[in-house]
Amino acid sequence: MAMPVTHYLRTSKMPHIWCAGCGHGIVLGAVLRAIDSLGLDKDEVCVVSGIGCASRAPGYLDFNTLHTTHGRAIAFATGIKMAKPELKVIVLTGDGDAAAIGGNHLIHAARRNIGITTVCFNNSIYGMTSGQYSPMTPTGSLASTAPYGNIEEPFDLCDLVYAAGASYVARGTAYHALLLSKLIAKAIATEGFSFVEAITQCPTYYGRRNNMRSAVDMLKWQKEHAVPVAAAAKMSAEELVGKFRIGELGTRTRPEYTRRYAAVIETAQKEEAEQDA
Amino acid sequence: MLSKAGTRLMQGNEACAEGAIAAGLRFFAGYPITPSTEIAEELALLLPKVGGKFIQMEDEIASISAIIGASLAGAKSMTATSGPGFSLKQEGIGFASYTEVPCVIVNVQRVGPSTGVPTAPAQGDVMQARWGTHGDHPIIVLCPSSVAETFTLIIEAFNISERWRIPVIFLMDEVVAHMREKVVVPDVSQIKLVERPRPQVAPDQYLPYAAGEDLVPPMADFGSGYRYHVTGLTHDQTGFPTTKAPEVGALARRLDAKMKRAAPHVTFVDELLVDDAEVAIFAYGVTARAAAKAVRDARAQGLKAGLIKAKTLWPFPSEHVRRVAERARAIVVPEMNMGQLVLEVERASAGRAKVAGLSRVDAEPITPDEILARLREV
Ligand SMILES: Cc1ncc(C[n+]2csc(CCOP(=O)(O)OP(=O)(O)O)c2C)c(N)n1
Ligand code: SF4
Repeated sequence: MAMPVTHYLRTSKMPHIWCAGCGHGIVLGAVLRAIDSLGLDKDEVCVVSGIGCASRAPGYLDFNTLHTTHGRAIAFATGIKMAKPELKVIVLTGDGDAAAIGGNHLIHAARRNIGITTVCFNNSIYGMTSGQYSPMTPTGSLASTAPYGNIEEPFDLCDLVYAAGASYVARGTAYHALLLSKLIAKAIATEGFSFVEAITQCPTYYGRRNNMRSAVDMLKWQKEHAVPVAAAAKMSAEELVGKFRIGELGTRTRPEYTRRYAAVIETAQKEEAEQDA
Repeated sequence: MLSKAGTRLMQGNEACAEGAIAAGLRFFAGYPITPSTEIAEELALLLPKVGGKFIQMEDEIASISAIIGASLAGAKSMTATSGPGFSLKQEGIGFASYTEVPCVIVNVQRVGPSTGVPTAPAQGDVMQARWGTHGDHPIIVLCPSSVAETFTLIIEAFNISERWRIPVIFLMDEVVAHMREKVVVPDVSQIKLVERPRPQVAPDQYLPYAAGEDLVPPMADFGSGYRYHVTGLTHDQTGFPTTKAPEVGALARRLDAKMKRAAPHVTFVDELLVDDAEVAIFAYGVTARAAAKAVRDARAQGLKAGLIKAKTLWPFPSEHVRRVAERARAIVVPEMNMGQLVLEVERASAGRAKVAGLSRVDAEPITPDEILARLREV
């Protein structure tokens, strides 16, 4: 059984704003268990978010917390990490926040390989603004702005971020909460840019419109459609249609950005000293 | 090489970069744009020498966001841009103003709107600098008219932003940014530096948005043991979101009162021969140089002219204008726009003196002769 992690919560700020059955709380629990498993000091953790239901999470956490503007969390986090590389900087973001308005910041942070961990709460919809389609809404799904069914194709966010250069990319679900927690812990322990996509449920605006009447239906959907990477490796492309892989999807070792910048400082200071001499 | 004390020939953008470092700048994020680019280039070279950090971000929104993040982590921070980028930065400027995060935003003005004339001077962003982001918000706008002034005024920009926790817009123009002039670089020991107020209480006593008598709440660095919450949502004294009417109103009123409290400390105006002036000029930026020449030429011809040179555009130096308007017959306001601050001058002089604008919007600076002709007309 997972350990309670209430010591990381600002319990005085409860009750939270999330709907009954919302998966964001489960994902947040997985984040906190990951932090707990690494034994991180509260003062050394900085949690940054954008705008959306998912992005309200930092307000409930007893760390250095920053709730920014829509899509920009990673850009704010970049400044924090540059100014204080010793901090563990974690970005909590929604699928609209990360993949639509913030998509450019996401891929550039991955390209730089800056030591930030991003957890994307992917509920396939814009929850906070009541159910418009996002870049992660499956084709054919209904949304308030796709009343005839979504005609766009979603990103494979993990492939995108890995292709952009991230050091660690993984996917989990709210249903597989323990696995999710382990993946997030690995992500936080990674030195470079790490990204975890957490498939989660918005029963209020996605489930109801798409024939999943309850949160339980949606969790069942996650269970039935997730395929662990090892199993997926043995399946054909046809067998994987409509399914998604969970687990570690990509790991690589590349120099981390703030370390590279530390080397720039060293070079610049050496040059300056030589010119002075 | 980093500048040592002494006299040097510098470009305006260079003076901006070096003055910023002298002011304690340790983090810069930017995106290249003419005519501001030399600031970024200079800082990419110089910041690491002092242990500071430079990053070229993917766009201007990312740049302003990054400097706010770095400032929250305790670093004096700045970004630099021109019109098109300044428009993008408005989102972050509003965030910094509302969350009271010190930072300096340089906007080297060029002809606009849109892409305009990238290489030519204008003064068209004066109103945008004040009101570019949505909602009522405190903001301070400084404007240098020479390279030497750029160096000293950018130091003030940092000091003011730290002292009052208000973002400072440093509004340059293409001419000042690209001209080369003599700058007397003072010894570091001669430069007065101001740090943001930091909490004096233990972390468990810290209320991040509770302000004392000066209306400026003390600010803790992220990672210094004070764990607190910062949000662009309307927040109460604890920093957490609120929608309660009295708290929403209280924040708006405190920020407004803070701006008014800061005003006399952040208003910089140079007056030239205004005491006996029959006609006065109100000018700023490169235009103030032509205005000073026009004053001398007018006096040589027996016309008693004077100049109010504003180095602070916002808060608007209404008092200076009012005093001059009491004696002068007319005030001429030359601007490289279709008439922006002329409206403020009109408001401040409140019918005491005739106020006449002089616009030039053809990508060329206003000449002393044009101003002189206008002085003779009014
Ligand atoms: C610049 C800007 N544009 C639009 C909005 C409105 N808005 C708020 S949250 C949101 C979408 C959030 O969706 P997502 O990131 O998927 O998070 P969720 O609410 O589903 O957790 C939008 C469009 C905003 N706050 N700011
Ligand atoms: S609207 Fe959806 S995402 Fe937002 S709290 Fe409710 S269930 Fe969660």
